[in-house]
Amino acid sequence: MRDAQLFVALLREPAGAARLAPEQWTPLLALARSESLLASLAHRLDGEPLPARVRTILEDARADAEQGQRQALWEAEMAQRALAPMGVPVILLKGTAFAAAGLPAAEGRSIGDLDILVPRDALDQVQEALLVAGWEWVKEDAYDDLYYRRWMHELPPLIHRERDRMIDVHHTILPPTARPKPDAAALIEESVPLGSGLRVLAPPDMIVHAAAHLFADGDLAGGLRNLWDLDRLLRRFGQDEGFWEELAARARRHQLGPHVRRGLRLTARLYGTPVRLAGRWRASDALFERRLLARNGWGQTTRRPLRFAFYVRSHWLRMPPLMLARHLWTKSRRQRPPMRA
Amino acid sequence: MRHEFAVQVGPVGFRVGSEWRAPVASLQRLYEGYPPPEGGVADFSVRLEAERPWRRWMKPSVAIRGDYVLPDAAPLALAHGLLAAEMGMNLQMALGQKRYLLLHASAAERDGKCVLMTGASGSGKSTLAAMLGEHGWRFMGDEFALLDPETWLLHPFPRAISLKNRGIHAMEELVGPDRFGPWLKGTPKGTLRHLRPRQDAIARMGEPARPALILFPTYGADTAVRPVGAAEVFVRLTQASTNYVTLGERGFGALSHLVTEVPARAIDYPDGKAAMEAVEALWAELS
Amino acid sequence: MAGPLYIADPEELVRAVELDGLTALFHVPSGMTHILAPPAPQILAALRGEGADAAELARRLSESFEIEGGEAEMEARLAELEAAGLVRRA
Repeated sequence: MRDAQLFVALLREPAGAARLAPEQWTPLLALARSESLLASLAHRLDGEPLPARVRTILEDARADAEQGQRQALWEAEMAQRALAPMGVPVILLKGTAFAAAGLPAAEGRSIGDLDILVPRDALDQVQEALLVAGWEWVKEDAYDDLYYRRWMHELPPLIHRERDRMIDVHHTILPPTARPKPDAAALIEESVPLGSGLRVLAPPDMIVHAAAHLFADGDLAGGLRNLWDLDRLLRRFGQDEGFWEELAARARRHQLGPHVRRGLRLTARLYGTPVRLAGRWRASDALFERRLLARNGWGQTTRRPLRFAFYVRSHWLRMPPLMLARHLWTKSRRQRPPMRA
Repeated sequence: MRHEFAVQVGPVGFRVGSEWRAPVASLQRLYEGYPPPEGGVADFSVRLEAERPWRRWMKPSVAIRGDYVLPDAAPLALAHGLLAAEMGMNLQMALGQKRYLLLHASAAERDGKCVLMTGASGSGKSTLAAMLGEHGWRFMGDEFALLDPETWLLHPFPRAISLKNRGIHAMEELVGPDRFGPWLKGTPKGTLRHLRPRQDAIARMGEPARPALILFPTYGADTAVRPVGAAEVFVRLTQASTNYVTLGERGFGALSHLVTEVPARAIDYPDGKAAMEAVEALWAELS
Repeated sequence: MAGPLYIADPEELVRAVELDGLTALFHVPSGMTHILAPPAPQILAALRGEGADAAELARRLSESFEIEGGEAEMEARLAELEAAGLVRRA
């Protein structure tokens, strides 16, 4: 299996499972696992005729994702207990938000660290409250700490001493040095309470965030999963009255219009998501599509030159070019191990 | 991946891809007689890859990758490729197994019941299980024991047995040369040799057994037997399990049932013969 | 002067097994397992239903379980149980 075309087609059209040859299943499952989409695939294939072994593997993946969600929601609960006395709005982001809000996007979603958004001027209080409640700094060397505090949109990572789980505290959704400047105050003001003391972004903002995260923040590693989040969110909210216009307005407000539209075009293309106001498919979209599909049946990322171009691009987006050169030089000298398998 | 090997071990199917022929050839010899993955579908994939593209040929360096990866893991020399493959399979089990509670223990079966032996590296649990396997018991596994939270039965995981130092010599006295893998010297784990389990262990890899005795063996002192309290057994087994936490309530239920129903003993032993006598005596008394 | 009130989760959210003098406790919402020694299991039992502060807790333990402990000791145990997620502020 050279790339993720077949896998994406199966997510789009689960009935295709019946047409797979027996020897295609192992590479397909390995690919799905490498993209953190095995449990999502399991949900999509629910009800389809499957070989017995495949069914077992998918059941295990679903059960594991559910267990992971319970743990993720517990982390959110413990953060809420630590931060409630501050009276500061705490907004859940990404997978934990989907799970806490009971959205379809949570089905099969594997969740890693806890991500929260708080007002920038509350950062110091939040940091203190978390440290008192048992979180501690993940030890990075001094250079990375400087990098985080000057350039990033979040506190350096914290990990809980007993539970061994990480929390990322954001004050906006993109680094301050990136070109788009989202309106963090508006995100917080429009956020929706869950009743537990925690909040989530308003649905159009969730989608803007997912698009920002996919294109403007990272190097597209794990892109298929982020794009799947977009698909699930858009299908859930796309029927709402005035939704597409509201989404376009918010995207414009947060200076992420082109990113959101590209996200809409890519999810329509790969996952068949019904979209509106997405603009026309263009040549650069095809490059993004190739990068997203660059995973083979052994779970390896392929198309190296393309990948490196995206890695450079992601850092370019995070900081001005002169800084970038210095940062990459320092990083390569210290030969940090790659973050992803 | 240029070269591929696939095998079923107990309830788990593995696929190992390699950029070099040698590790796959070693695996094929060592796992002779094992079935391919059930239904043709592998649960986990391991990849033996060159650390950097040019390290495929120059001072070949084998990075252990796969469905699950340890980011800072040091690569191995190509001469130790077989060990890399075994470590890769262990890693997939340790991080990826979500159905059965994984206990870091060896096991052997007799009359549908089994003894579980758990302890730190050097306790001799692998060698003990291998020896029992040559003395009328069915070998079930040397590294992982799989506890089914639904049935409370233990499932075999009869991989090639990983023997170190004394254990190698002890088994060479009992078993012919054709079941042994190559000598692996200077590995990160010292000197190793793998041993293929007996034919019956392979043929019956799908047959679970009811746990009847838990042992904490320690090599090196005169024979002594002590009871171990249920709370201590519980804590030691959770420490020895890589997936206890991910199994959640099912893991708790399975483990608490195990420690409250099955007797546990710590045994010190000076040599293999003494150990086997102690095991047989305890088995007769308690199982 | 009453201290903060603490409350424990209801019984259906925990699974407990006695293991020679200690209690192995599985807390369903967190998925965490704790090994508890007295008076921790008794504190949890005393705090199910209605919240209590350290002084009230000491009274309940004395009455229901014949466990004697001062307010300071109760505060220390409550802080530990709160950090573990087994009790929370009511």
